[in-house]
Amino acid sequence: MQMHSKKRIEIIVEAPVLNRLTDLLDRLDATGYTVVPVLGGRGRGGSWSREGLATEAGRMVMVIVVTGEERLDAILTPVFGLVTRQIGIVTVSDVMVMRPEHF
Amino acid sequence: MSGVELAIQNLTSPMVLFFALGAFAALVRSDLTIPEAVAKTLALYLMLSIGFKGGVEVAKSGIDATMVLTIAASIVLSFAIPVIGYTLLRATTRLSAVDAAAVSAHYGSISIVTFVAATEVVRSLGLTFEGYLIAVAAVMETPAIVSALLLARRGSRQEGGKTDEGESMPALLREVAFNGSVVMLVGSFVIGWISGERGMAMIAPFVVDPFRGILCLFLLDMGLVAGRGLRQSGKVLTPPALAFGIYFPLISATLAGLFCLMLDLSVGGAALLITLAASASYIAVPAAMRLALPQANPALYLSLSLGVTFPFNLTLGIPLYVWMAETVAG
Repeated sequence: MQMHSKKRIEIIVEAPVLNRLTDLLDRLDATGYTVVPVLGGRGRGGSWSREGLATEAGRMVMVIVVTGEERLDAILTPVFGLVTRQIGIVTVSDVMVMRPEHF
Repeated sequence: MSGVELAIQNLTSPMVLFFALGAFAALVRSDLTIPEAVAKTLALYLMLSIGFKGGVEVAKSGIDATMVLTIAASIVLSFAIPVIGYTLLRATTRLSAVDAAAVSAHYGSISIVTFVAATEVVRSLGLTFEGYLIAVAAVMETPAIVSALLLARRGSRQEGGKTDEGESMPALLREVAFNGSVVMLVGSFVIGWISGERGMAMIAPFVVDPFRGILCLFLLDMGLVAGRGLRQSGKVLTPPALAFGIYFPLISATLAGLFCLMLDLSVGGAALLITLAASASYIAVPAAMRLALPQANPALYLSLSLGVTFPFNLTLGIPLYVWMAETVAG
């Protein structure tokens, strides 16, 4: 089967920022994204868990964007501008997709 | 009833005992949990019930000058409390200007769950309260955030830095003013006001009868949340910050008590206004602070408002505030 190279941007960020991030991705004409709840983890500030939080403030979400390399900087630069102040992680990896016209 | 009797009655109520059970379960790391969706549904039910009942009360009693004055006083309180809190935190702890401002925003805003619990204590004592205090609770959510952001800006300039503000003030205030709990509370209040006693007769079996049982289940969940916050608080709070979580609600309550001397509120109404002033937000304001002051430490303000002040208010604070209300409004 023929596969095509794309870039996968993974943004793990605080839940209160989610709407702003997805609004930004909409404005940037990202062809699509997926939002996933994050259950828990451990970072510089120690362990945390989604369970038993009364507020969105302690929750994290993951936003996944798959895009062509030619659009990577156009998406990453403003995204970085938004999330750089917040707790979170941004990673970029190489992936293969079956239907390149979707990205 | 004396202050001690009030405290004993409150501590032995099923609501507080279920809260204690939840806190105990969290402290011994039990796997007892309330699913997130259920907890959200319980919270929505409580907002609906308390809002609707408040609206029906206003439909019966109508609007008067005391209502306007009480709302005006609540706005002043919500603006003023963060200023006092910030000053005390800066004087007694080593918190940065931004952390102190973020913490003080929580104390100027309100905890709707503490308010709901206080209405139940007031009712159990056979006292009534003005229905428009529901609107007062909604009004007090936001002014504290404005106050705290101004304090953070000023404090950071004095420290030679600048606040890394991610949000414009209007966008942030719109978000807090229209957060889910406020929309549900105020919306139910308006529906109760419009439909009045006829509406109450139609849905009383839903909004009145199950209220206490559902509050018990919700407080069990809050106990679990607060217990986890309490576990965390030892790691992030210094003794002066921990003490702030106990003594500052008493200062806010005293300030609100002084306002009550000038307002013509009933004892129940005064107890609720004092409770609102003494409570600290842990739902709307933390999310707003993550957007407005992202450099402030969230573990600090969440541990303090949820792990220290909320349990204190629920167990000892509310009876004390009722006693204060009897003194200033009785």
